[in-house]
Parts: sequence; C-alpha cells; structure tokens
Amino acid sequence: MNPDWIDIGLVRDVPFRGSRIVSTGNGDIAIFKAFDGKVFALWDKCPHKGGPLSQGIVNGHSVTCPLHNWVVALDTGDVKGPDKGCARKVELMIDDGRIYMAAATLKRDAA
Amino acid sequence: MASKLVIIGNGMAPGRMLEHLFELAPNSHDVTIFNAEPRVNYNRLMLSPVLSGEKTYEDIITHGDDWYAQNSVTLHKGKKIAKIDRAAKTVTAEDGTEAAYDKLVIATGSSPFIIPIPGKDLPGVVTYRDLDDVEKMLAAAKHGGSAVVIGGGLLGLEAAAGLHARGMDVTILHLMPTLMERQLDPAAAHLLQQAIEKRGMKVMLKANTHAIVGDGKVEGVRLDDGTLLPASLVVMVVGIRPASALAKDAGIEVNRGILANDQLITSDPDVFALGECVEHRTGIYGLVAPLYEMARTIAEVLAGQVAAYTGSVMSTKLKVTGIDLYSGGDFAEAQDREEIVLRDASRGVYKRLVIKDNKIIGIVMYGDTSDGPWFFDKLKKGEDISEQREMLIFGQAYAGGTPLDPTAAVAALPPDAEICGCNGICKSKITDAIAAKKLTSIDEVRAHTKASASCGSCTGLVEKLLVISLGDGYKPNAILPMCPCTDLGHGEVRRLIVAEGFKNIQELMQQLEWKTSCGCAKCRPALNYYMVSNWPGEYVDDNQSRFINERVHANIQKDGTFSVVPRMWGGMTSAKELRAIADVADKFAIPAVKVTGGQRIDLLGVKKEDLPAVWSDLNAAGMVSGAAYAKGLRTVKTCVGTDWCRFGTQDSTGLGIKLEKFMWGSWTPAKLKMAVSGCPRNCAEATCKDIGVICVDSGYDIHFAGAAGLDIKGTQVLTHVDTEEEALEMIVALTQLYREQGYYLERIYKWAARVGIDSVRQNIVDDATKRKAYFDKFAFSQKFAQIDPWRLRASGHEAHEFMPMRAFPKRIAAE
Ligand code: SRM
Ligand SMILES: Cc1cc2nc3c(=O)[nH]c(=O)nc-3n(C[C@H](O)[C@H](O)[C@H](O)COP(=O)(O)OP(=O)(O)OC[C@H]3O[C@@H](n4cnc5c(N)ncnc54)[C@H](O)[C@@H]3O)c2cc1C
Ligand code: SF4
Ligand code: FES
Repeated sequence: MNPDWIDIGLVRDVPFRGSRIVSTGNGDIAIFKAFDGKVFALWDKCPHKGGPLSQGIVNGHSVTCPLHNWVVALDTGDVKGPDKGCARKVELMIDDGRIYMAAATLKRDAA
Repeated sequence: MASKLVIIGNGMAPGRMLEHLFELAPNSHDVTIFNAEPRVNYNRLMLSPVLSGEKTYEDIITHGDDWYAQNSVTLHKGKKIAKIDRAAKTVTAEDGTEAAYDKLVIATGSSPFIIPIPGKDLPGVVTYRDLDDVEKMLAAAKHGGSAVVIGGGLLGLEAAAGLHARGMDVTILHLMPTLMERQLDPAAAHLLQQAIEKRGMKVMLKANTHAIVGDGKVEGVRLDDGTLLPASLVVMVVGIRPASALAKDAGIEVNRGILANDQLITSDPDVFALGECVEHRTGIYGLVAPLYEMARTIAEVLAGQVAAYTGSVMSTKLKVTGIDLYSGGDFAEAQDREEIVLRDASRGVYKRLVIKDNKIIGIVMYGDTSDGPWFFDKLKKGEDISEQREMLIFGQAYAGGTPLDPTAAVAALPPDAEICGCNGICKSKITDAIAAKKLTSIDEVRAHTKASASCGSCTGLVEKLLVISLGDGYKPNAILPMCPCTDLGHGEVRRLIVAEGFKNIQELMQQLEWKTSCGCAKCRPALNYYMVSNWPGEYVDDNQSRFINERVHANIQKDGTFSVVPRMWGGMTSAKELRAIADVADKFAIPAVKVTGGQRIDLLGVKKEDLPAVWSDLNAAGMVSGAAYAKGLRTVKTCVGTDWCRFGTQDSTGLGIKLEKFMWGSWTPAKLKMAVSGCPRNCAEATCKDIGVICVDSGYDIHFAGAAGLDIKGTQVLTHVDTEEEALEMIVALTQLYREQGYYLERIYKWAARVGIDSVRQNIVDDATKRKAYFDKFAFSQKFAQIDPWRLRASGHEAHEFMPMRAFPKRIAAE
C-alpha cells in the first residue's frame, strides 16, 4: 500500500449510523458510517465548544453534537442551519473493505 | 484506407458503440473484436429472466453471427487478450492470436468481487456475471435443495428470485442493515424485504459470512456468530471491480478503474477505455445507461466529431417479476434537502422525492413505479419544480392542471367516494351523520360512523369533511402532531400500535403514512420507546434511535468524558461498596466523586474507553447501573424509618429497597423517581416525586404526580393501603398504566393532568382485577429489562463503542 495512506481498520467495524474513533497524540479523529454505508472522518471536536462529535446521533449524512445539538455535515465538516463553523475534515480512502487515512493527517493537529 | 480498430471485450458497451459508429461513419474502420466469452454479444441485463425461466439465451442475443458478417467485423470468440504491446501497437490473446491496431478500445467490463474467506474456491460457489454462471446455477437448481445468496443488492436479489423460481430454498445474506442500500432508502428497503419474505425466501441482515464449509464441495455457510446454514449452492454477489489489470500491465494509468478523460481516451492517446472498466472523473459505473453515453461519445470521436462525456446520474429498476421498484439519483437524507413522501398504505405504495434548491435530486418508488421515468427526466434536466410542488408527488396524471387546494379537492369528491378504507365508509355517510346528529369533532364522527376509527390514516380527510360541513363552526380539538413527520398525535400512535399490532418502526411508518422516509430525532426515540414498552421480549431495541446517554449507559459531560452512577438500593450502601468505589476512583484516576441529590454517588470525568473496566470492577462488588441517564427508573430515596428513627412508623428503607429491586431496569416515558418516607415529616421528600409513599401508623399513603425540577408540584394522594405487599402492587400497577398511556418525555404529573386522576383511580385503585393485570404485565416485561447493561458491556457487548479503532502514540504523530 502507498505510504501516503495509513490503514486504520475495517469498514465493517464501524457501526451503521454510528462512529468509532482513532486516537492520535494530537486529539481524536471520529470515523462515521452513515445508514447507507458511506464512511466519513472529522477531527472529533465540535466547532461550538469542542464537544465529541463521535458521540452524537448520526442522521443522514450529518451528525448532531451530543452537547448542544449543533448539526455538522459529515462530508465537509460544515455546521448546518443558523450556526456557523466548521469541523476539520480528514481525508479517507476506502479500498477492499478497509479504511485508509491520509498519512499527512498525523503531521497536523486538531487545532 | 480504413483504420484498424481493435476492441477487447464484447460486452454491452462496445456493442452499442459499434452501432453508433456504423451509422455515423460506415466503412471508416476495420473492426476486430476479442471476447473471452465463447459467444456473440448478448443482453447481460436479461440473464435474470433466463435464470428464472422467463426467457432463453436465444431471446437475449443482441448481435447474432450474421450481424458481424454484414458489418465485416472479425469476432474472435473465446479468445482472451493476455497482453497489449503499445510500442508495436498489437494485442495478443492467450492462444497466441495477434492483431495490430491504429486505435484500441479496452472494454473488459468488471470482475465479480470474491470475499477472501475459507471455502471460497469449493465447487458449488459461483458468482453472477455471465451466461456460464447462469448455466452453473441452473445445473445446481436441478437437484433442488438450499441455496445461499451472499449479497442483498440488485444482482443478489435477482439471483435469489431466479433460484427460488427454479424451486430452490433460498436464503439471502446481506452485510448491511437494509437491502439494496445503494438504490433504496430504508423505508422502501423494508417494503421490498417484506415482499421477498412473503414469497418464501429468507433474508438475514447484518450477516457477516465467516466461511464456506464443505468436504470437496459446498455444504453450507457459517456466519461470524456461529450460525451454520446448510446449502448446496452459494452465489457470491457482493460487488464488482473494474477489470483493469490488462491495462495496468501495459503501463496505462489506472486507479480503481482505467483512467479516461471526457473523450474516454486513456493516458495513451491511441487507447480508449469503455464501459465498467473505466474510471471517469472519479466515477465508476455499474449500470448500462452511462455506459451507453460513453459508447456514443467514443463513436463520435472515432467518426471525427467533437464530443465529450461529462458523467451521468443513474436510475435502476429491479427486475423481479411482481415487485415494482424504482430508484434514481441521490436520496440520502441531509439537512439542506427536503423530501416529499407519499404513502398509500392500502395499495402498498411508497414514493419519495428528494428536493434540493427546488429541484428533484433523488427518487425512490415502491409499489407503483409508473411515474419513475417522468420524475427522472425532471431530475436529469434539473427542472425547477416550485410551481408544481403541491401536486408533484401524484405524478404525471395530475400535472399541469390547476392545483386544487386540499379542502377543495375533498369537497369535489363524489358522495360515494370511499373515505375510510378500513371500515368502508363513503363520503355521504359521514356528511349525513355530521348534519343529522350535529357532530362537531373527529371523536364524534368516529363514535357514530366508525370512520377513521381503525388505522386512522383517513383522519385528515374526515377533518376536511368537518370543515366543509361546519365551516367556522368546526374547532379542531387541538391534536398536537408528534412531530412534522405525521399528523397523528402521540395518543393516536400509541393506540394504533396496540390496535394494529405494529412491531416494527418501518412498518408503522408505512401503514400510518408517515410524511418522511425514516422519521426524525423526535419521533424515532418515541416510537422506539412505545415498541419497547408494548412488546417486551418481541421488539428488538433500536440503539441508534436512542440518545448518547442511553446508548452507552452513562451521562456525557461537557468535556466529552462520562459520569458513572451505580445503584445504591434505597440509598443504602456498605463499606464494601464504598471501598470498591474508592478503588475504582484511584485505579482510573477519576477526578471527581460527588454525593448526588438522589442518595448515591457519582463518579465524574471517566474516560469513555475506561467505562467497561470501571463497570466490571463495580459489578464485582455487586453494583449495577443506576440508570442516571435513562428515561426509566432512576432513584428510590428513603429515610431511615423504623430501623433507627424515633418517629418511624414503618420500614421505609426496606420498602424503598424492595421497590427499587423489583422495578430497576424498566423503561418509562420519562424519568421516574420515587421516595419512601417513614412518617409525615417526610425526610425523603416523597411528596415531590413522581411516586412517593408516606408511611403512617395505619399503613401507607401512596402519592403520585409530584415534581421538583422545571416545575415544582406537590403530589396528590392516590390511595391508602394497609400492607407493604399492597403498596408494592399498587405502585407497580400505577407505573405500568403510565408506561402504557404516557407520551414520550411526559412526566407522571403531566400524564395525570391529561388523563385525570379519576381515570387513574378507576384503573388502579377501584378495580382489583385490572390492578393485578397491570402488575402482571410489568412483572413480565421485567424479565427482559432486568439485565444489567453494564455487565453486558463489561463482558464485551458492543465493545466497539468504547475502543478506538486505532491509536497512534504521540511520538509518531509528531514525526
Ligand atoms: C447528579 C445529579 C445532581 C447532583 O449532583 O446531585 C443530577 C444531575 C443531572 N441532572 Fe438532575 N441530577 C440529580 C438530581 C435531580 C433532582 C433531585 C432528585 O432526584 O431528588 C431533580 C429534581 C427532581 C425531579 O426530577 O423532579 C433533578 C432534576 C433534573 C431535571 C428537570 C427534570 C424535569 O422534568 O423537570 C433535568 C433535565 C431533564 O431531565 O431534562 C435534570 C438533568 C440532569 C442531568 C442529566 C443533566 C444532563 O442532561 O447532563 C445531570 C447529569 C449529571 C451526571 O452526569 O450525573 N435533572 N435532578 C442528581 C442525580 C441523582 C441521582 O442519583 O440519580
Ligand atoms: C445479471 C445481471 C443483471 C444486470 N442488470 C442490470 C440492469 O437491470 N440494469 C443495468 O443498467 N445494468 C444491469 N447490469 C449491469 C450491466 O450488465 C453492465 O453494466 C454492462 O453489461 C457492462 O457492460 P460492459 O460492456 O462494460 O462490460 P460487460 O458487458 O461485462 O462485457 C465485458 C466483456 O469483456 C470480456 N473480457 C474481459 N476481459 C477480457 C480480455 N482480456 N479479453 C477479451 N475479453 C475480455 C468479458 O468476458 C465480457 O464478455 C446487470 C448485470 C448482470 C450481470
Ligand atoms: S421521616 Fe421522620 S420519622 Fe421517618 S425516618 Fe425520617 S425523620 Fe424519622
Ligand atoms: S459543543 Fe457541540 S454543540 Fe456545543
């Protein structure tokens, strides 16, 4: 496998309408799987007050933050509705049922 | 001189390309085709009717031998190309046959994906791609027996239906939670599943195949959970991958598929790629419509025209006779989209349009798909639908005419139009009754005519008849709908769950004609609770319809950590429990330990990944979850009572513990807090609880409907009983009545105000038989509810919730 991508596990290990986290020295990354099996990743920090997005309810292609119910789009990290902000997106590649994360991700932090 | 055109692969796409080419520029090319399959070009889409016996191979041939002769095409049947030499501009087949080209088209299609599990190579394991596969399946079906189809997508279902039609016993295994998830939303997938099961096929969802077993040939399939399904045939249809290896070996740029630009030209200017093997603008297609567009583009380019392919949106129809299904575009839910949903429960119809910026972007239809292409045309053209919006979902037949307002539409119905399908009540019967009996409300119409008294889905129509008959005289009794997904209120929905026996959220949404495809964050947790409380032991709790606290059995804190509150029965604890709590606090470096307002101890700031280990240690000391997060039984506060107190009249501590031990684990509409005080001094604050007991010399005063949160409410006295046994029975029966009648998130005091204290007394106090029946129902459901959720998870249940998928240490991260 290309050194630009790091294997982080199997797609089937992430629950539907749910999420798992990948922990890094610089903060957690939330890996989401929507009802239709699509997989997304965001740094696990809500743009509002840093709530763990991985713990929210996944509805369609968005997640509702468990702390104050801001709704974040999984594909872009943008906050939807009247609130403004953006959670940082993490690039993924799916191949053969496995999830790969861009290696560059680990060089940055969640900031 | 005609230029030499060589094509690798003789599938549906190149066949179409040649038809266009011969029309646009006859005789311009000297065409040679190599096909790995030993036959002419046939319609692959129609393999399923061949499998089921509705068609023969001859029926599905696209180009017969004479077509190739007429067009002077050289077709090498059964010759697979092994090598492309781009420098020499030649291709070579496995048997050595060679051909030179000026232009080459690679149209190798795709290969079925094979799950790398033990037993995948056993005889009797087949894929589903070409006629050879169909022949293998037909040979196996001759002997009858059982077949397992792995994969519940379009092809898997077609294969399953075909094998079933040939007399096999078919089980479909699907990894995802719903069938055909790429093409269908969960609502339509549920209807499809019901139809498939009705025909006698079995469907197993979220089924992970572990291995295919057998000695020398297939004998069965084993799942991850250990289940063994006997089978003499296994059809693996779990997806396809572009067949790009040949191109890659020749040094042509390949990612997932063969990379091609808008003219379908690859990294080599003389080589085109066409069909399923192509990756175009990151898209890979597995349906013919886009491939036909590609085919036209290549034909135009070869004919010297300016042409470009810019990508496609796709639509699908399932080809299983008797099942009507259509989908197209993008139908995922998202915040910036709206949906229009039409459900007609009596005809088994479900239609959904997904709208974004006043344009249709997704379509899902079940049961009646006649308008599918009409909608799809609007989708492709990006037509603005704001003008037609009101009537759009009713389809082409209603389009164009002046949109009727819904009341006028009902007014225009003839007198004999059927309004209530369940009870066969026509319009005039209802309007006559309204006039003759001076009816003014839905409830009265129901009582006198039965209209809308069964499934309730015609309530809206009946209401409009009241408006038409009474004009301003009609004051709708303010039924507050549960949420924007339905016009029905909580009460109506609760009643119908029981009356109609709905045991599944999707089925309920279809039958009650929900206006959205999958509900929302308001109705889903409510419906989940109603099902849990109505069908103990039968309904399977839907974890994803619960908020985080109930999903992980701990309360989330503002920093993303959790709090853990173990039960301390009736507020009693012991040195052993306290020691275990202290040890856990030390071992897991838990930053805060607090005495709660509910007579127990809260460990705050626990890291999520530590939760199962913390629970395991607490379990070891005999403690279970205090459910401090639940819409369910929380605490039973007590005072020291006769054990110690000089005023105590009864064993208040003992009764509190008995109540808590009997009732823990139960789910209720909202949180349920109780208390037992040993005398009217009321040290346990029983008179501001959902249910409270005040012990007196002569026995027990049972209070209820208090609160001390957002509202402060003193309790009301329900009754007085003489013995502890009677107190327990009374309280449990009262709780069960509340469980059955309460609306989701409605605390006891609100419920009591709504139904009236007299009605509660009639059910629980005045009628011993009823009381006993409610008690028994509660006791029965506790069999399924009293399983400590912490113990389950400490022993590995849902372990994924608590563990990172992968952890990178700081050192690597800093590199
Ligand atoms: C821990 C505790 C405070 C304490 O440190 O003492 C507490 C903590 C919370 N309460 Fe409470 N309540 C606690 C006793 C109470 C009491 C007193 C009692 O039970 O005797 C009340 C008033 C009595 C009542 O409910 O009528 C109380 C009325 C509320 C309310 C208002 C409910 C209402 O319907 O009016 C909420 C908000 C809600 O539930 O929506 C609430 C919500 C909460 C939440 C769950 C807030 C939240 O959503 O995060 C807090 C959870 C913290 C945690 O993680 O543990 N808490 N809360 C008490 C836990 C008791 C226990 O052992 O389980
Ligand atoms: C059972 C079934 C039902 C389907 N139903 C539908 C449907 O309802 N609607 C829809 O839109 N689509 C459907 N599809 C998909 C559709 O058939 C494909 O999208 C389409 O056939 C792809 O066309 P193609 O020309 O790219 O490849 P194919 O039709 O797969 O043709 C590729 C050909 O290339 C040959 N080949 C491969 N490698 C070589 C080589 N090295 N040398 C020589 N020859 C080679 C293969 O043998 C094959 O004959 C269905 C598919 C199947 C299998
Ligand atoms: S309620 Fe009164 S009598 Fe009962 S234990 Fe408390 S203080 Fe004693
Ligand atoms: S931290 Fe996410 S909504 Fe407040």
